[in-house]
Amino acid sequence: MVVEKIYGELCVTCNEQGYLTDLNQWTKEVGSEIANEEGIDMTEKHWEVINYLQDECRKEAPLSIRKIGKSGVVSIKEFYQLFPKGPLKISSRIAGIPKPVSCI
Amino acid sequence: MKELLILGAGTSGTMMANHLRKTLPKKDWNLTIVDQEETHYYQPGFLFLPFDLYKTKDVKKKINKFIPKGVNLIQEKIERIDKDNDVVLLQNKDILHYDILIIATGTNIAPQEIEGMLGDHWHKSVFDFYTYEGSKNLRNKLRNWEGGKLVVHISEMPIKCPVAPLEFAFLADSFFINKGMRDKVDITYVTPMSGAFTKPKATEALNYLLEQKNIKVVSDFNIEHVDGENKKIVDFAEEEIEYDLLVTVPTNMGDEMIERSGFGDELNYVPTDKTTLQTTVKDNIFAIGDATNLPASKAGSVAHFEAEILTENIKRFIEGKELKQEFDGHANCFIETGHGKALLIDFNYNQEPVKGSFPFPGVGPLSLLKETHMNHMGKLAFKWIYWNMLIKGKHIPFVTATMNTAGKQIEETINNN
Repeated sequence: MVVEKIYGELCVTCNEQGYLTDLNQWTKEVGSEIANEEGIDMTEKHWEVINYLQDECRKEAPLSIRKIGKSGVVSIKEFYQLFPKGPLKISSRIAGIPKPVSCI
Repeated sequence: MKELLILGAGTSGTMMANHLRKTLPKKDWNLTIVDQEETHYYQPGFLFLPFDLYKTKDVKKKINKFIPKGVNLIQEKIERIDKDNDVVLLQNKDILHYDILIIATGTNIAPQEIEGMLGDHWHKSVFDFYTYEGSKNLRNKLRNWEGGKLVVHISEMPIKCPVAPLEFAFLADSFFINKGMRDKVDITYVTPMSGAFTKPKATEALNYLLEQKNIKVVSDFNIEHVDGENKKIVDFAEEEIEYDLLVTVPTNMGDEMIERSGFGDELNYVPTDKTTLQTTVKDNIFAIGDATNLPASKAGSVAHFEAEILTENIKRFIEGKELKQEFDGHANCFIETGHGKALLIDFNYNQEPVKGSFPFPGVGPLSLLKETHMNHMGKLAFKWIYWNMLIKGKHIPFVTATMNTAGKQIEETINNN
C-alpha cells in the first residue's frame, strides 16, 4: 500500500511504514520534517550522514551498521548518538531511502 | 588453445564447470577449476544436522565426483588474482594463465569480526551452524543439552541464506517439543533488522508463526561484543541479552583471496553487474553466487539461476556479442517451519515474496508463502535434486531462470528493494 504525505509544501509518496518510495522526491525540507517526526534535532553532522546514505543507495550498495562505521563519515558510537534506538532505520527514513530488508 | 579458469568448486563453480564443458568446444577451450577442499558439502543440510534430522553422510561427498570429464581439477590454495596479467597465483607458486576467469569462491563466516565471539566458549556455548564443524558440534551439544535460554542470533547482513536462522528457531521449537522439554527452553530470535520478517506480505502471512511457537523476537540489535564469561551479547546501544546457548550467524565475508587481489568491497565481495554477472573489475572476469556483491539473496537457488544466464553470457563474450542483461535476482527457497511443514518463497530483485502456487500457476503442487506438508516434502526432495541435477548443471523442469509472475497474487505493491 502506498500513502501520499505532505511535508512542508511537497506531496511525497511513502510506504505504510513512512519510508519514501522514490528518493527523487526527497528534499532537505522533507528530510527535516521526517526528522521532526522522529524527534531528531538535525545538525551538520546528521546531514553529512544522510548524504552518505543517499550516495550509497544510488550506487545500490547494501547498507549495514558496520559499513557506516567504516565509511570515515561517522563511527558506530557516534551514529548511535546521532540517531538513538535503531540508527539505521531512523536515518534511512530521514534520508528518503528504503529501510534495510531481508528476503522475507 | 584458450583457457577458462573457475575459482571455487562449490555449488556455483561446479555448476559452471558442468555447463561450460557441454557448451565450449574441447578443441578450442581448456577448462580448469581450482579448490583447496576435498569435500563438497550440501550446505542446506547444515540446518538439519544439529537436530539429528540428517546424518553427516547426507551432507558431504567427494568434490571430484561432480567435476565432469574434460575439466582439470587443481586442489590447491589460491594466493591471488593478478588481473593486469590475466593470471592466478597459487600457494604452491604455480601460475595459471586464463583468457576468461569465473570467480565462485563463495562466502564464509568470519566470527573473528565480532569481539569476543571466538574464545574458549566457541563451539561449547557459542555455535555457528553455517560450517560442517559448527553444525556437527551443535548436534553433539543439543543431544545432551538440558535446556535454558536459547538465543538464535544474526550478527549483521548480508548473510548466506537469510531465512536459515529463522528456520533454525522453528526447528528448535519442534525439536524440543518432540524431546518433551519445550517448557525447559526459552527461545529468543535476535536480529539487526527491524523484525523477524521485513517484507509486508511475508509479515502479514507469517507473523503468527512466532507467536504460535512462542519465540520471542528482539529486533534492531546490532552486536558490539560477546561476553562469553558472563554468557551475554551486548549491542552498540548497550542492550544486553543473556544466553545459556548462543546459536549465532557471525558476520559473513567473501574469500580473503579477493582482498589479497586488491578488489572487493569491505566484506570482500566482488563488484559485479547485477544483470550480466560480468565483474566491474575487468571485462574478462565474471563472478557468480555468494562471491558477488549483487543485491540478491546469497543462496544456492540464486546461483543456479545465475549459472544458466552466465553460461549464455560467457558464450556471447567469446563470440564478441553484447551480453544479455537478463538476471533478475530470482530466488526460490523452502523455509522449514517444523512439525513436517515448510513454506516456499519465489521472488526477485523487485518482487517481494507473495502468496500463490508453484511451479504451475493455479495448480501447484507447491504453495507460496504458506505452510504445507507438500512444501516440506519439496525441501526433502531437494537434496536429491541438488546432488543429481543442480550441481551437474541439469535444467530443473518447469523452473525458469528468471522469475515467473503467473500463479502469484501480485497487486500494486511498494517496491522495497
